[in-house]
Order: sequence, then C-alpha cells, then structure tokens
Amino acid sequence: MLVTVMFYIMAAIVLGSALYVAASKNLVRSVFMFFVTLFALAGLYVLCLADFVAVTQVVVYVGGILVLILFAFMLSGREALEGLQQHNNRLLSVNNLPALLLASLFFIVLANIFIKAHVEDAGWLKQAVASHNVITPQTITINNLGVNLMTNYLLPFEVISILLLMALVGAAHLSRKEETA
Amino acid sequence: MMITLTYYLLVSAGLFSIGLYIILSKKNAIQILIGIELMLNAAILNLIAFGKFDQLKNSGQTFALFTIVLAAASTAVALAIVLNVYRRYRTIDPGKVNQLKD
Repeated sequence: MLVTVMFYIMAAIVLGSALYVAASKNLVRSVFMFFVTLFALAGLYVLCLADFVAVTQVVVYVGGILVLILFAFMLSGREALEGLQQHNNRLLSVNNLPALLLASLFFIVLANIFIKAHVEDAGWLKQAVASHNVITPQTITINNLGVNLMTNYLLPFEVISILLLMALVGAAHLSRKEETA
Repeated sequence: MMITLTYYLLVSAGLFSIGLYIILSKKNAIQILIGIELMLNAAILNLIAFGKFDQLKNSGQTFALFTIVLAAASTAVALAIVLNVYRRYRTIDPGKVNQLKD
C-alpha cells in the first residue's frame, strides 16, 4: 500500500517537473526543475528495487551532467539568454502547436501500445516469476551486479569505457582555445 | 491495488513525449539537450522496470548503468560543441547556425 502511494507521488513529481521544464519561460528555473525530475526518477528506480542504479543516477546525473549543463549555461553569455527569454515560449502558442500535436499524438500511440500489450502476461516474465527469478525487497543486488559486470557483461563494459575515454578526449579537444589555427 | 509494469511504462511514455516536445519546440541548444536527457531517462526507466524480472543475470540494471554512462559521454561532447558554436556565432539557437564553415 505504501509502495503504491509512493509510486503515485514520485510519478506525479517526475511528470509535473518535466512539464514545468517544457513550459517555463525562465531558462535557469527550467534547468533547476530538471534537477527535481532526476531526483524523483531516482526514487522511482528505488521503487523498482534498483538501489545501486538509483545512487548512480544521483551521482552521475545530478553531480556530473547537471553541473556540466549549468557550466555551459553560464558560459554562453548573458545577452544570448536575455534575447531568448523574450521569445514567446509558452506551452500553448501557435509556434509550438506542431510540436505539441506531434508529442501528444506520440504519447497516445505509446500509451495505447503499452495498455493493449498486457506486458505482465509476457511469456518470459511468467517464466521468471515461476522460477523465482524476480528481485524481491529482501535480495541484495549489488553483489550480483558486480559479479555480472565482470563476467557476463565484461565486453560491453570495456567497450563502454573505451567509448567514454574517447568522448572525454574529444570534448577536451573541442572546448580548448585555439591558438594555432 | 498493485503497481504493475504497465504503470512504469506509462510514466516513461509520458516522459518520452515531454522530451520530444522540448526538442521540437525550444530555440536553445542547451534546452534541446535537456530534452534528449529526458528521453534517455525514459528509456532507462523502462530498462529498470523490466530488469526487476531478472535476478540472476541483472541484465536490465547493468544496461541501465551503461546507458547512464553513455548519456554522460554524449552530454560532455554536446556541451563542448555548444560552447564552440557560441564562440563562433554568438548564439546557441540551432535555427540560426546555418553554415558548416565560416
């Protein structure tokens, strides 16, 4: 029962703050509401019994990506931001009508698919429930996650780490001040 | 009433659509980046909701971690590009950046 209430609270915070990010005219405020969205999403991950991923979400997204976004935001000049704020950026205006139409139609299609698919009745989910392969609140997932990361998923792990290294070197190269050229 | 998988999928569908709306309607590269992050988070929520049904191999949670790392990498590169574009064009409106070389 408590889980149900918590789920509804978290889902309301996630969707409400995401809508605020979409609707707000003030750019700085929308960035900070994005922060709230990420925190509430970490709460939803905990409700899905993925505590390690929730902590990683808080550390990487809130601590890393959001600070990076704020950094770029402050560096990209005041006059550009003020010029943008005068734009008519409300949720309901003629300029945004195509985007609103496309997004809401997309949502209707997705919601229809998800409701009609009856994902709870999928074969592999029933098999997992029957063979007790479901994460329960009593299971400790972190041990298993670490072992799996170093055995079953070693190749994706290494590929991702090389990709991250390449991306960071590329980012450092791009954001460097050009002296020679 | 139990919270089933469909509820999580619906929340992620809403998040994805909001991200799509932000990408299509905003005139600021950083806000478009935030929209992309919202869509990525919708995908991560789906991975984790399904990952609950795999205790032995933890596939959902592992790939959710990989996706978070990918999002960090893409954000770093995208922000570096945004800063470069601002330095060159004095604006970060993607509609006004209309030259590949200057």
